[in-house]
Amino acid sequence: MEPPMEGNDSLSLVLFSGTDDKLAAAAILAAGAAMMGRRVNVFLQYWALDSFRKEHIHRDHGAVPEAGAEGARLVERSEKKQSWSDVLIQAKDVGEVKIAACAKSMEMFGITKDDLDPIVDEVAGVAAFMAEATGPITFI
Amino acid sequence: MTTELPAITKSIDARGMACPGPLMSLIGAIRAGAVGEAFEVLSSDAGSRTDIPAWVAKAKHEMVAVVDEQGYARFVVRKAH
Repeated sequence: MEPPMEGNDSLSLVLFSGTDDKLAAAAILAAGAAMMGRRVNVFLQYWALDSFRKEHIHRDHGAVPEAGAEGARLVERSEKKQSWSDVLIQAKDVGEVKIAACAKSMEMFGITKDDLDPIVDEVAGVAAFMAEATGPITFI
Repeated sequence: MTTELPAITKSIDARGMACPGPLMSLIGAIRAGAVGEAFEVLSSDAGSRTDIPAWVAKAKHEMVAVVDEQGYARFVVRKAH
């Protein structure tokens, strides 16, 4: 293992939206940060969390309304080539990336850790996420 | 024009791979390699042009060469530590 890179802030991402375009954008940010030696904390809420369910993660999650039908097709094609979940797996492989599920959103959906894809490391409360999220938080 | 390149320990053909695939592959190879060895990655992804040199500088390895080829670029990196 190489020595850690110096002078790096962490990247903290709160993922709220569950569409493939937003999750893919978030996954690329996480991968870039991890490659450059930044610690990455990801917190999954609401529809993003829903897309990380074991049963849902490999589904087509569509795109935001502004993408339109044509944009959604572009996203779908890009996802077939390289899915956001694969990018996140690579990010975890190359760096320090922790993915936590919001306990309150879990409760809302009535699901447990077993319902989530193994890419999710833990279920955590918001205070625990904040304790590790040094620096600014990006909300996607 | 031909550039004088060192002996390559491992060449990675990442052409057709999307960002961040080519750099990911290079990082994996460098981590597994020995100090002083040279690694080559072929990438057709435009992001590699900025990403590979940025990572090499940050990780304090040596960017030996960036060679333009038809439709892709060839990056040669030496593991420095």
